[in-house]
Amino acid sequence: MATDETFPLDPPRPRALPVPPPIGETAPARRILIGAAIGFLALVLALPLAGVFTEGLRKGLGAYLAAFADEDALAAIRLTLLVAAISVPANLVFGVAAAWAITRFSFPGKSALITLIDLPFSVSPVVSGLVFVLLFGANGLVGPWLAAHGLKVIFAVPGLVLATIFVTLPFVARELIPIMQAQGSADEEAALTLGADGWTIFRRVTLPNIKWGLLYGVLLCNARAMGEFGAVSVVSGHIRGLTNTMPLQVEILYNEYDFVGAFAMASVLALLALVTLVLKTILEWRYGDELARSARH
Amino acid sequence: MGIRIRGLAKDFGDFPALHGLDLDIRSGELLALLGPSGSGKTTLLRVLAGLEQPTEGRVFFGEEDASETPVRERRVGFVFQHYALFRHMTVADNIAFGLTCKPKSERPSGAEIKRRVEELLELVQLPTLAKRFPSQLSGGQRQRVALARALAVDPRVLFLDEPFGALDAQVRKDLRKWLRDIHDRTGYTTVFVTHDQDEALELADRVVVLNKGRIEQIGTPDEIYDAPASPFVFDFIGDASRIPVGVEHGRVAIGGTRLDLGVDVLGAGPATLFVRPQHWRLGDGNGGLPATVTATRRHGTARRLDLTLDGGTAVEIDLAPEIAVAVGDRLTLAPTRWRIFFEDGRSIGGALGETGASARAAG
Repeated sequence: MATDETFPLDPPRPRALPVPPPIGETAPARRILIGAAIGFLALVLALPLAGVFTEGLRKGLGAYLAAFADEDALAAIRLTLLVAAISVPANLVFGVAAAWAITRFSFPGKSALITLIDLPFSVSPVVSGLVFVLLFGANGLVGPWLAAHGLKVIFAVPGLVLATIFVTLPFVARELIPIMQAQGSADEEAALTLGADGWTIFRRVTLPNIKWGLLYGVLLCNARAMGEFGAVSVVSGHIRGLTNTMPLQVEILYNEYDFVGAFAMASVLALLALVTLVLKTILEWRYGDELARSARH
Repeated sequence: MGIRIRGLAKDFGDFPALHGLDLDIRSGELLALLGPSGSGKTTLLRVLAGLEQPTEGRVFFGEEDASETPVRERRVGFVFQHYALFRHMTVADNIAFGLTCKPKSERPSGAEIKRRVEELLELVQLPTLAKRFPSQLSGGQRQRVALARALAVDPRVLFLDEPFGALDAQVRKDLRKWLRDIHDRTGYTTVFVTHDQDEALELADRVVVLNKGRIEQIGTPDEIYDAPASPFVFDFIGDASRIPVGVEHGRVAIGGTRLDLGVDVLGAGPATLFVRPQHWRLGDGNGGLPATVTATRRHGTARRLDLTLDGGTAVEIDLAPEIAVAVGDRLTLAPTRWRIFFEDGRSIGGALGETGASARAAG
């Protein structure tokens, strides 16, 4: 290529020297650190997760699938879905309302409300369950009165729903409060000066601004609602086919040495967790982009 | 539409943000609310728009008492400091928002809305950006879209909160001219808030200077600049040197030196003399103030000197750059325009012409 030598279009670029990063460890130290992190994760997360699926499939796919043909197992799945279907929307509404109230108004007891929202995170789920037994149980405060009117709360679906709502209460509100605080109320005020009424502002301005955060909160709320064990265990009464949710069913089957059944059911919960994780990652990616855009805005 | 404000007060908890203001905003004028941060200017604007409830007092839009009218029925256009554009809507949808929010009976048809949006985009000189999202616009473009959105609902008055606060110097300048032009073409009564004196003086028909929730002065830019009504306004608008003086028998003395202002100054006691840097001339040693140059620097088209009067007071003066002055030089200064404020708030000002002196008393 004689022409290239006579008319070099680009001067040859100097090779970049391998410069060590300004902050960083030596190569062996890095390898050890990364190795330790991955090893630890494998030991306490990946291995048990894989164990759930292998145990479930130990006696073959047939036995695995047969575990779901069981009437009680199906009832547990249906009940879990029902409880989630009631408690997640309830906390969605509460979370939006609480975040709205906390970020848009100042009122007496506001800081107390913020603290109270976190209570379910700091209190042991078993204690949460016991509180409901104290309130609604046969010897509880309002239990006898409700029973006299034909409404059974403890050892029945209403109790499961209440306990689940209690435990999953912070997720949506906690997710929304920082977002709404960061965004301020200028957008809503702008809509107000343009003549929009409250509902229009919420639907066309507020909701689009918080939608990714809201979805994220709902996702976490749902994962917890389906997987909750402690509080639900206290109020459930473990009546097969009636008040056993999936996590409770897993425990029962396990205690009865029905390992395939227990792990099959557990694998569904684990799968659910994985799906949530994937959705969460997708959302974080989407929502990070959205947040970056609103920061530039 | 003119606005009358009577006895308007606003407290935030224990903190009084506005103390009983009275103000008349004339129909069709471009009015600036000027003040340092914390002066209450933005609070006043938000109370006028109905975004804050006043603690006391009334606001009249024309003859109508608007004090009880909620924001969404006040028909005001409000441009927010950071524009508050709806980031999930295109520019066209942002501008159309107010029209689409009207009740069904008053809402224009889709075609009519589209036409109005195009018209407004034309007015703010962004006809090609209808499909963009706010994040794809520059600061100046967002400001224009925010204005178009506010104008879409045909407001009775237009309020702008620090309209150029977040823009760089060149864009600010262009937008100032552009806003003045839009105002003159559309004739909306416009009130804007700013902390930038240049902006207020250049753009507004009248300027309201606010300090600590009180009105210090209302006037045209010339009045505000040439005849500041209080020491605060003198300090806040433009540069000025403050020189403590004593007044006795119509004579002004600085330290032990008598200063000949060419007029008898009515009043007695300690006072403060204010002089702007460009309102000094170099004297011939006769009735002037001896001073020593401590620093010189280039300041726009002039050369600015820092001097120390023999009494120890620092003053700044502007000179033509051609005049050669060095640090340590001794000069004699005489003010050509000045104002003296007595401690009770009374003031007297004057200007030394070529042929003599004239004095004006105020307040």
